[in-house]
Amino acid sequence: MRLVYIGLLVSAVAASRATQAQPSILGGTREDFRRYCAGCHGNQGDGEGENAPYIDPKPRDFTLATFKCRSTPSGSLPTDDDLYNTVRRGLVNSNMPSWRPLADDQVHQLVEYIKTFSPRWKTEKPGAPISIPPEPAVTTDDILAGRALFQKMECWKCHGPEGRGNGPSASTLTDSKDQPIKPFNFAASSRFKCGSTNEDLYKIFMTGLDGTPMPSFADNFKGDDAWHLVHFLRTLQQEERPEKVVWQQYLSTHQGQLKPIGPDGGGQ
Amino acid sequence: MMRAIGAMVLGAIALAPSAPRTTILAGSVSGTVTFTGTPPKMKPIDMAKEPSCAKQHATPVETETVVTGPNDVLGFVVVYVSAGDMGTAATQTVKFDQHGCQYLPHIQAMHTGQPLEITNSDQTSHNIHPLPSKNPEWNKSQPPGAPPIETKYDNAEFIPVKCNVHPWMHGYFAVLNTGHFAITGSDGSYTITGLPPGKYTLTAWQEKFGTQTADITITGSETAKANFVFKATPY
Repeated sequence: MRLVYIGLLVSAVAASRATQAQPSILGGTREDFRRYCAGCHGNQGDGEGENAPYIDPKPRDFTLATFKCRSTPSGSLPTDDDLYNTVRRGLVNSNMPSWRPLADDQVHQLVEYIKTFSPRWKTEKPGAPISIPPEPAVTTDDILAGRALFQKMECWKCHGPEGRGNGPSASTLTDSKDQPIKPFNFAASSRFKCGSTNEDLYKIFMTGLDGTPMPSFADNFKGDDAWHLVHFLRTLQQEERPEKVVWQQYLSTHQGQLKPIGPDGGGQ
Repeated sequence: MMRAIGAMVLGAIALAPSAPRTTILAGSVSGTVTFTGTPPKMKPIDMAKEPSCAKQHATPVETETVVTGPNDVLGFVVVYVSAGDMGTAATQTVKFDQHGCQYLPHIQAMHTGQPLEITNSDQTSHNIHPLPSKNPEWNKSQPPGAPPIETKYDNAEFIPVKCNVHPWMHGYFAVLNTGHFAITGSDGSYTITGLPPGKYTLTAWQEKFGTQTADITITGSETAKANFVFKATPY
């Protein structure tokens, strides 16, 4: 196989200068993958690299083509941009660092390389990115609506009534490879799994984090529902943010009037 | 050869639309699935964390990984044609409901591409999370009163289904490359009808004990017999 590859490379170089670049980029990409990625993700992209036994959460298995961070609906392939952004950004609360030192071309080529590990990329197209409506203004009613959704959609069962990742189901959660996995703790983190902006959080509700217990709510959220939830979740974080200021103002005059979130909770 | 004859017979019938249905030459196969050895004891499920479900069950329901009955019969065994005439893809929708924090039925069998409708009859949110290896993996929330999820699977495999919120919920989608299949009832019996004459290999699949196969031949409209015996282990 390798001989054939070298043979192709030689003939491509001989053929013309114009086609010279392509094989050499791919050759370099394989080297890049082995140097930067294979230690965890494995030479075969199956997530079984030599560091894998010591890593939690486990490195992604590219042969399944199941990815957490997507702009596309649950179950569909991510776009190239989604994969590029994941490599650039890294994944918070995991061993996946942000690969900022790599050149743009290198990352783009690595994305292409990652797509060679699953046949799904040959037969399927990436899903259509979800559309995100403009973000509404942060208001008390908007945060209260988000809080009601946090109760109604039972987010608290995993993420906990205060978003601390300690809900009643939290200790039982496993990912799709049956490895234990923790729900996100809003009180302890500022960055989310797939980015740190409100829009990144919006996308998580509407696409789900495939391969994890976090489902997509796309079929059940209407209008600005997901935005309301984004704004409410921001109030659970430590950071001083506009959402938190509005919420604290409300709480200062309505403390005790809210039914706590939980089994008997009513949201408002 | 038998298969070719079967196809010719079917073809001839198709060419004669006025022929009454009863003249279609098709046999059946039926049998019982049993076990030897000691199967694991199914455990009662504690649904205390989900009172709206707990109160639907007068006595605690048990896990359904290995469902046994009198005379050592096995329920929820999928029996299907794995070689021979594969029949046609059914077009009617198969249903899978979340009811009392259980999957009804525990196993739903379907042809590849057959429409599948998933519903939530409970007063609590479920996330329905099938874990395929040959089909795309998705995971969707389905709160009370949410519309059904309409989907299908294109590649044949046995897909475990779970709800991450209620970790005791386990089920299966049996996605098959054949229209000839059945699931054993609580009496361990099954019947597959509509088999044109020919040779067949039947496979019986149990989620914990794996597969067994049997060869049968259908010559006319008779009912062939194929019993399966699984070796049960307690762990």
